[in-house]
Amino acid sequence: MASGIKDKVAILGMGCSRFGERWDAGTPELLVEAFEEALADAGIERGQIEAAWFGSCMDAINIGNSAIPASTALRLDGIPFSRMENMCATGTEALRGAVYAVASGACDIALAIGAEKLKDTGYGGLPPPFKGTFNDLWMPMGSAPAGFAQLAAGYRAKHGISKEELKRAIAHVSWKSHQNGVHSPKAHFRTAVDMETILNAPMIAEPLGLFDCSGVSDGAAAAIVCTPEIARALGKRDLVSVKAIQLSISSGVESTMSDWDGSHVRTTRAAAKRAYAEAGITKPRDQISLLEVHDCFSITELVTMEDLFISGEGRAVHDVLDGFYDSTGGIPCQIDGGLKCFGHPIGASGLRMAYEVYTQLLGRAGERQLSSPSIGLTHNLGGVPYLGIAAISILGLL
Amino acid sequence: MTSTYGITGYGGYIPRLRIPRAAIAAAHQWMAPQLRGLAKGQRAFCSWDEDSVTMAVEAARDALDLRARGDLGAVYLASTTLPYADLQHSTLLASALHLNASIRTLDIGHSQRSGVAGLLTALKDTSAPALFVASDAPRGKPASVQEISYGAGAAAFTTGSNGVIAELLGSASRSEQFVDHFRSAEEQYAYVWEERWVRDEGYLKIVPDTVNEALKAAGVAIDKVSHFILASPLKGISSAVAKKLGLAPETVVDALEADVGYSGVAHPLLMLANALEKAEPGDVLVLAGFGQGSDVLVLRATDAIRSFKPRRGVSGALADAQTQDAYLRFLSYGKGIDLEWGMRAEKNVKTALTEQYRSVERLSSFAAGKCQRCNTVQFPQLPYCVNPACHAPRSEFEDTHLFDEKAQVLTYTADWLTYHPAPPLYVGFVQFDNGARLLMETVDIGAQGIDAGTPLRMVFRIKDIDKTRGYARYFWKATPLSA
Repeated sequence: MASGIKDKVAILGMGCSRFGERWDAGTPELLVEAFEEALADAGIERGQIEAAWFGSCMDAINIGNSAIPASTALRLDGIPFSRMENMCATGTEALRGAVYAVASGACDIALAIGAEKLKDTGYGGLPPPFKGTFNDLWMPMGSAPAGFAQLAAGYRAKHGISKEELKRAIAHVSWKSHQNGVHSPKAHFRTAVDMETILNAPMIAEPLGLFDCSGVSDGAAAAIVCTPEIARALGKRDLVSVKAIQLSISSGVESTMSDWDGSHVRTTRAAAKRAYAEAGITKPRDQISLLEVHDCFSITELVTMEDLFISGEGRAVHDVLDGFYDSTGGIPCQIDGGLKCFGHPIGASGLRMAYEVYTQLLGRAGERQLSSPSIGLTHNLGGVPYLGIAAISILGLL
Repeated sequence: MTSTYGITGYGGYIPRLRIPRAAIAAAHQWMAPQLRGLAKGQRAFCSWDEDSVTMAVEAARDALDLRARGDLGAVYLASTTLPYADLQHSTLLASALHLNASIRTLDIGHSQRSGVAGLLTALKDTSAPALFVASDAPRGKPASVQEISYGAGAAAFTTGSNGVIAELLGSASRSEQFVDHFRSAEEQYAYVWEERWVRDEGYLKIVPDTVNEALKAAGVAIDKVSHFILASPLKGISSAVAKKLGLAPETVVDALEADVGYSGVAHPLLMLANALEKAEPGDVLVLAGFGQGSDVLVLRATDAIRSFKPRRGVSGALADAQTQDAYLRFLSYGKGIDLEWGMRAEKNVKTALTEQYRSVERLSSFAAGKCQRCNTVQFPQLPYCVNPACHAPRSEFEDTHLFDEKAQVLTYTADWLTYHPAPPLYVGFVQFDNGARLLMETVDIGAQGIDAGTPLRMVFRIKDIDKTRGYARYFWKATPLSA
C-alpha cells in the first residue's frame, strides 16, 4: 500500500476573500483578495511560486474556462498553472493538485486557489446544469436542492423517523450555523435566525425550506503549500500539515443498481475510510477537533455526520438535536458558519473550509476560536448524493 | 376465428387532466357571459408534456397491451395537431412502441374526416396486419365555443385477418367542397362558419346519403344498426342525423361530452373504441366521419369481440380523471398564454440530433440492458456493466424494455426552484421490480401526492421543448397508478 501524503506537505500561508454578494468585485478582484492574504501569510513573493492550480466550476458565468484568466489576474508569469473542475469538490481538488506536486518533489512551493462569481446570473440560486448531450435526452434536471432533498425521504424510510422530527433536526443544523456565522467577519450571512423562522420558511424542494439551503455567494480562497522543511527554513514555527486528501466518485452504482437505499452518501463513506487510513485516524469521534462539512443543504450535513462515522447509523438526528455539533458541543461543525452562512462560491469552498481549519489550528480565530483543536476535517460533496464526488481533507498540527 | 380482414383490437387514451367547463365560463364571464350555457360537465386537456404523439403512444399501448407486436406491417397516425410540418410522427410512434424497423409508416391529417378516412384506408389494405391510431387535441381560441367544447384524446386499432373482432361489411365515401371551417397552416385556431348552416346544409344532407350508400354496399338494413357513431363539435348533430336516417335514439353512441369533449380527428374513433367495449357478437356499428364530405364504415362485431380486452379501455381512461379547475393552468398548458417563467427558463435545450440518433433505440422504447453475465438490469446502458463485481462490456447486455415493468417510488422531492412548466417538478428515483433504477420525472400527481412505495406506471411524454428551434424531445416518465 502506498504510504500516502501524511505530513509530507505543510501549509505555508492561506487567504480568503470576504464572501457574499460582492457586487463590487469580479472574479479577478476576488482572486486577488485571497492571493494577497495568502502571500503575506506565507511571507513570500509571487515569483517564489513554482506551480499553481486554479479551481472554478461554472463556465456559463464566472471567468471562463482554463487557467488563463486566473494566471492573467494574478500575473503569475509563465509557470505551470492548471484549472480544476470537479463540481463542489473543485476547491479541494485544487489543493490536492498543489499538495501532490509538493509531495512528489516536483516543486518546492505551490499555490492552490479557487474562486466563483455566482452573482452575475441575474437571479438567485445556481444556473441550471448541462449534463451532456446524452444525459439531457433522458435525465430529469432538478435543481440542486431537489437532488439533496431526496436524502430526506430515503433517510426517513430507513430509520423510521417522522417528517416532523427530521424537519426539526435539519432546522437545528441551520440554526447552529447561523449562530456561528455571527462571529465570522468574512461570512456572507452574519445574523442569528430563530427556529420558528427556519421551520416556517418558504419551501424550495420538499422538505427543504429557504433556510435549509446554503448561500449562493461570491468568493475566493487560496493556500500556498511547501514541504515542512522549507516552511521551517522560511521561519515558520507552528506548522499545519496535510494528513490526508481523499476523493471518491460515483460510478453509477447508487443511481443504477437497486442496493443503495437513498439514505446515505456512498462516496462520502468511501472517501472517509481512505482519508482516516491515510491520516492514521481510528476513532474519528474522539480524535477530530472540528468539522467543516458540505452543508449545501441541512439534510446533507445531517447524513454526512453518519457517513463520516462520527454519529452511528440513525443517530445523527439525536446528536444534532443534542447539540453535539454546536459550537459548545463534542465536535463543533461549521464553526465559521459553513456553506450555509459563510457562503458557497463553489470553486472556493473546499479551500475556505481548509482556511477555517488552518485558522483554528493556529489559534487565530478570534471570537469563534475553539480551545486547543489539533485535527480538523473538511468535506465536500459535488454533484448529487447518488451521482457525485466526495472530497475529504484532514489537516492537523505537525 | 374468421378469415375476413377487419379490426382485431382497440384501445383509447384520454388525458387525465379535466377542467370543469364552469371554470372556463367563469374566466370569460366578463366578456362572454353566453358561455355559461355550455358550462356543463368537464373537458379533457393535455398536460404541458402531452401532445398528439404522446397520446397516440398511450392509446396504442392500451390496444396492444402485452400482445406480440412483431407481425405488424404498417402503422398509420391520423391527426390535425401533430407538432411537425416535416417530420414523420408515425415513425416516432413506431419507435416508442418498439415496432419492427421494416414497418410501413404514414401520417394522415388535414381534415376532421381523416380519422375515419384513415381507418377505412387501413382496413382496405389487407396486405399485412396494421396499427391505426387517431390522436388529436384541437385548439379553441380563449372564450370561443370551441375552447369550452373541445377535448383531447386518442384511439388505436389493430387490423388484420387473425382474431377479427369487427369485420368491415361495406363502406361509402363522398367528397364535397363544403367549407364549414378551416385553419391555415400558419394559424393556431380555426375560422368557423355559422352553426345552423353547417348543420342543415352539411351534416344533415351529406352524412345520411353516405350512410345509406354504405348500408347498401354492406347489404345491411337500417333497422339492423345497433351503434351509430358520428362525432361533431356541434351539439345534437348525431341525434339529428340518426333521426333523419330513421335510426332508433338508443343506437346513437355517447359522444363523451360530459367528461371529454370533441377531440377532433380522434373523436369518432374514441367513440368507436368505447362502443366496441360494450358491443355484442353480431352487433352492427356504423361509423361516420365528416369534413369536406364523408366516409362511412359498416362494421359487424364477431364472436371474438368477447375475447378481446384492451389494457384498460376508454372506460378506464374516462374513470382515470384528475380535476384541475385553474383556468390559467389549462390556458398555459395549451400555449394560450405566455407566462413569466423567469430566467431559469432561458436554459438552452438544443437537442444534438446526432446523439439522439446514436441512442434512439434505447431511449425511445426505454430499453434497459440486462447483463447476461450478472443479470443486473441497468438504465442507461453505458459501455460497461454497472455492477462493481462484474463490469462486463455492453456487448453482453440484452435489451429489456422498462415501459411495462412494475415500479414504485424510491425517493422523491417536489422541486419549486427549477424551471418546470407544471411546477413543482416531481423528481426522484424509480425502483423497478426487475431491479432497474433510475432518476425520473413523475407527472400527473393528484391530490393524494406520492411517497416512497407509491406504485407507478410509465408514460411516454415530452421531456423538453426547445422553444428557440421548435423541437420537442420525448422520453418516458412515471405516473402514480392512481391519482
